[in-house]
Amino acid sequence: MKLNRRTFTKAALSIAIAGSMGGAMIANAMAGVSLTGAGSTWVYPLVAKWSAAYEKETGNKVNYQSIGSGGGIAQIKAGTVAFGASDMPLKPEELHKEGLIQFPTAVAGEDLIVNLPGIKPGTVILSGPVVADIYLGKIKKWNDPALVKLNPDVKLPDMDITVVHRSDGSGTTFTFADYLSKVSPEWKEKVGANTSLNWPAGVGGKGNEGVAAYVQRIPGSIGYVEYAYILENKLNYARMINRDGKVVSPSLKGFQDAAAHVDFNKAEDFYVILTDHTGPDTWPISGCTWQILRKNAPKATNEEVTKFFLWGFDKGQSMAESIAFGPLPPSTVDVIKAYWKKNLGV
Amino acid sequence: MNGSEVAAAGERYAGAASERTSARRSRTSVADFLFRKGTGFVAFLVAITLVAVMVSLIIEGWQALHTFGWRFLVTTTWDPVTNAFGALVFIVGTLVSSAIAMLIAVPVSFGIALFISELSPGWLRGPVSAVIELLAAIPSIIYGMWGLLVFAPWFAAIEPWINDHLGAIPGIGMLFQGPPMGIGMLTAGIVLAIMIIPFIASIMRDVFMITPPALKESAYALGATTWEVARRVILPYTRTAVTGGIFLGLGRALGETMAVTFIIGNANNLSASLLMPGSSIASVIANEFTEATTSLYKSSLLALGLILFVITFIVLALAKLLLLRLEAGEGSKS
Repeated sequence: MKLNRRTFTKAALSIAIAGSMGGAMIANAMAGVSLTGAGSTWVYPLVAKWSAAYEKETGNKVNYQSIGSGGGIAQIKAGTVAFGASDMPLKPEELHKEGLIQFPTAVAGEDLIVNLPGIKPGTVILSGPVVADIYLGKIKKWNDPALVKLNPDVKLPDMDITVVHRSDGSGTTFTFADYLSKVSPEWKEKVGANTSLNWPAGVGGKGNEGVAAYVQRIPGSIGYVEYAYILENKLNYARMINRDGKVVSPSLKGFQDAAAHVDFNKAEDFYVILTDHTGPDTWPISGCTWQILRKNAPKATNEEVTKFFLWGFDKGQSMAESIAFGPLPPSTVDVIKAYWKKNLGV
Repeated sequence: MNGSEVAAAGERYAGAASERTSARRSRTSVADFLFRKGTGFVAFLVAITLVAVMVSLIIEGWQALHTFGWRFLVTTTWDPVTNAFGALVFIVGTLVSSAIAMLIAVPVSFGIALFISELSPGWLRGPVSAVIELLAAIPSIIYGMWGLLVFAPWFAAIEPWINDHLGAIPGIGMLFQGPPMGIGMLTAGIVLAIMIIPFIASIMRDVFMITPPALKESAYALGATTWEVARRVILPYTRTAVTGGIFLGLGRALGETMAVTFIIGNANNLSASLLMPGSSIASVIANEFTEATTSLYKSSLLALGLILFVITFIVLALAKLLLLRLEAGEGSKS
């Protein structure tokens, strides 16, 4: 009994000490400005990298929770975070209704990966309509005439195509489906574009790693993953024919060219998706992540958020490139600054 | 000492004891009271939580149930683009993958428990039990990764054989035809079975061990074989607990999320073949919840959660009914 009481006292003491230490830590963190954002998992590596460097330089802290775009949108609508991040832009009407604004952060891209024994990475050439037909389940074999026509120099096997897609809701899926909707009327009508889809064919893998694992396991399969993931894992990627009819490989420059060929001045609330744009080097399946802010948030908060992203646009370029995100072209950043001034007054 | 002396001594002893306890009673009765109320409160808390979960699922899922009505249960479309949702694919996926898991796990667990309690030499009992229990401690995501990276490729290699042999059987052959991908309903069922075997096996072992040796030895003395003892003595004696263990395993299989998401294939369509990819309720919620942006979409996912809740509830109710009927049957026999 006595022993019990003593251990109890000890436990209570240690809890009290731990508590006061926690309090001290919170007090420390409060020294600089602390911002909280939430949303897209796609942009997480970038925001994490920027915020670590930003804190070192300015002492201001940015906490980002990668809970998914849906969660990010819900949180910013509820006003529990300073900024939300989404891989799918909100429509201007919805922004107006909710008193929100949005702007792009950085460009990225994705590509198709294939599992064809004996064929080297970057050999197979695909076009948008053909990819749409594969994902619609209309092209079922690798030696289909449509594929042979695109790849006269490649010996395509008489193999069934297994379609692999993302099973989890994802901005990667949205960008991919948006591209297919632009190049294939049938895709647009039957499937459409969203972060999750009613897939007409195939199997779903969870995350880039799930899709890549399926593609690597299943001979004759095809899947789509983020460019960063292809680079890191040296996957067998395909080249694409872009809108100008040129054969291109995925590259940061290709993603940036897509952004450069968009006139953000004309797009209301940056509601424009970077897929299938013109330009000889433009990568057709380029994407973007949007940051969403509240107009009626305290001005100081919005100021801090814009300061952070401006810092990222300005000084975070090489950091972005190191993880396969393309910095926004300077012209785009200028448009964003004007947009902030107009809508937030900062 | 005769009988009355013993009784008197006993009374004296009891009297002394009660005097001593009455001195402490004022102190302990408060503690007793608090203890009883405390345990009652935590028990009640569970019930409140259960009801609260149910109510919030109904509230959150109401929009979907109201929009689609009973068709939500019987349509197979799940289209986030057009906001048209139906749960049938996932309900079937959940039930089929769990059924496969039970078909495999129950006999295997029975064998394991029987081996440990009846057949194994004493020195092997401890290590085998420990290994089984360790299986239960592995996080489900590890099972998922193992299933995807190790088991699925291996299973893909034997699927052509399954196609040729099991697929050729008239009638059930259609269950075993499909491309050799290694992932799908059957893979999910097998990995689920591995995950729930430790639960079922350890409960079965525990209750097999407490079957009174006198009963078992009487049967052996009458010339019964080990199988006959298991079938006629141990199982009837432990029936309630064994059924409880099986349904605990089933409950876990129905709700398993991570491992299933990795290996079930996540395709939103119904197919007759077990080798084809499918989806379960838990896996679709895990997959799509984070990016569910429209309120109807989110509501539909939560309505799926409600359906899973109801399925689990029905399963447990059926288990209770089954036990009641078994007991009633026993009564009429004797």
